[in-house]
Amino acid sequence: MTRFVLQRIGGALLVLLALSVLIHVLFYFAPGDPARLACGERCNPQQIAQVREQLGLNESAVAQYLHFLQGLVAGRDYSAGAGQALHCDAPCLGFSYQTDQQVTGLILTRLPATLSLALGALAIWLLVGVGTGLLSALRRGGITERLLTVLTLAGTGTPVFILGLLLLMAVCAYLQWLPFPTYVPLTEDPEQWAWNLLLPWLTLGLFESAKYARLTRSSTLEALAEDHIRTFRAYGVGERALVTRHAVRGAVAPVIALSAVDFGTMIGGAVLTESLFGIPGLGKTLIDAVRVVDLPVVVGVVLAIGAAVVVAGAIADLLYAAADRRVALA
Amino acid sequence: MSIALERSAPAPGAVPPGAGAGRQVWRRVRRRPSALAAAAVLALLVLLALAAPLLSHLTGQDPGAYHDDLVDSARGGVPLGSFGGISADHWLGVEPGTGRDLFTRLLYGARISLLVALGAVAVQTAVGVGVGLAAALGGRFAGRLIGLATDVMIALPMLVIGIALTAVVPPDFPRPLLLILLIGLFDWGGTARMVRAQTLALRGLDFVDAARLSGNGTLRIACRELLPSLAAPVITIAAIKVPTAMVAEASLSFLGVGVKPPTPSWGQMLSSAQTWFRADPAYVLLPAGLLFVTVLAFTVLGDAVRTALDPREGSRLRVGTGKESKA
Repeated sequence: MTRFVLQRIGGALLVLLALSVLIHVLFYFAPGDPARLACGERCNPQQIAQVREQLGLNESAVAQYLHFLQGLVAGRDYSAGAGQALHCDAPCLGFSYQTDQQVTGLILTRLPATLSLALGALAIWLLVGVGTGLLSALRRGGITERLLTVLTLAGTGTPVFILGLLLLMAVCAYLQWLPFPTYVPLTEDPEQWAWNLLLPWLTLGLFESAKYARLTRSSTLEALAEDHIRTFRAYGVGERALVTRHAVRGAVAPVIALSAVDFGTMIGGAVLTESLFGIPGLGKTLIDAVRVVDLPVVVGVVLAIGAAVVVAGAIADLLYAAADRRVALA
Repeated sequence: MSIALERSAPAPGAVPPGAGAGRQVWRRVRRRPSALAAAAVLALLVLLALAAPLLSHLTGQDPGAYHDDLVDSARGGVPLGSFGGISADHWLGVEPGTGRDLFTRLLYGARISLLVALGAVAVQTAVGVGVGLAAALGGRFAGRLIGLATDVMIALPMLVIGIALTAVVPPDFPRPLLLILLIGLFDWGGTARMVRAQTLALRGLDFVDAARLSGNGTLRIACRELLPSLAAPVITIAAIKVPTAMVAEASLSFLGVGVKPPTPSWGQMLSSAQTWFRADPAYVLLPAGLLFVTVLAFTVLGDAVRTALDPREGSRLRVGTGKESKA
């Protein structure tokens, strides 16, 4: 088990390192001049030269990357022109000249909004998705199952923003049960926080539920076919007890593992939901930075999101191994 | 049992590769009414998309032409008339604000959706198959390196890297091509993993050894022996990926980093529809409904193709212990 854990963590670190190299290559060493892009259309050659100096683009590619690694571990200084230096604390993901702040700090201030969204969505998909999947495994062959199959199929294919748009249109524009949501931090007003996040939670949670209903159903059915269940059935254990007490164990490991992955992805990947509902999270930060070509923020956020996905993947594997020992032994 | 299976179908798929396989798959897909309906919807959509310039000419509507006289400028540009300004000239009404013809704009949007989705899946499949084969057939070091690259690809959410890269791409780069490349080049990890696993399983079979012993090189074996056997799983994964790619294009356009105006796209229309919820609901519902139906049809068809090519379904030979048939 220890060996498996160490191997998995080592693997995750390697992927993170490779990821950071790839992102540097894509954004800083690709054809096209990042300094000119970051500066905008109206910049004169001197301003472009200054940005190039600030971003450290005059150094060799390898030196730039090594400086990045140094900043990540120990912090680094950026030149601010006229011999002055801006200090960026470790873990330094870059410095945004457009907004005059450290990218790591920016990401940390945006994280609570993203976490608020992701946690609520997680609760909904565990409740609705897993519940629906179990129900459909229990009522095999009935009209309930057919209906659920159609609903989950439609749900997995629909873009998340269509669901969000329709909810907004129905609940806020027509029924007027809720005002159009604006994000309120939890620390400011917990009640308003929850009411304003209700629609985003429902959008993201119901969207993901379709996938989890499918997964729960198929893993429960697979577990139902196993030998020990057959033995239970032979002993006269009822169908309901078989599913809810025994077969459901087969669904626990995959649901936990996939939830960890999706939660990690959502920390960075809920761009659409955040952008639709105006939630100032990481995804919204990314899209806003892309619009004004704030390159250090774009690169920093992409790195942070990639790291969240890699870490979540590693955690998912470890959780899976903890829930199902056969994995670690294989 | 296993001998008979290997002779009739060396691939893990039950449908033998080569001529006639496509017809057999179609015969199985056709048996499902839902798949048949999906195929009909898609055929109609493809036809309409291909005929878009013709239909635009027939109705006399240019998707880019503004009609200020058709919107109520006093009410902020709401289309005049009922249901978003439906009339004999404008079959689905006009766009609020500009008065551009919605029918032709939706048709031209379908062209972009289909072009980007199919193009991106073609790129994904080509890269995924190439990388997967190389990972399985190359040396140990190459295998490790490609495995790492695949892991990195899977760790990067396609939408995130797609959005980010639009910041550094020159503005005059053709957008549909950019979207095809972004979606194609950053979402091949799953295909590569699957091809690698399948190739590793096939590599040990007798017909590959036979080909090797007759003096064929690795490249020749990959193309002549392995690729035909990989057809079933590769077609399956490609079919499943089409709706995903289509949603990716719509998402990027919805976020304003996809297709640039004045080229119409469904995602972009939905993005601008957000301000017209109450005043012009048809402008929200038309592109949303079209996107939903198209993605659903591709999903249903992909699912049917998967089932048709699944060796466990519809095979006359019962393989395994019988556990699978219940699940």
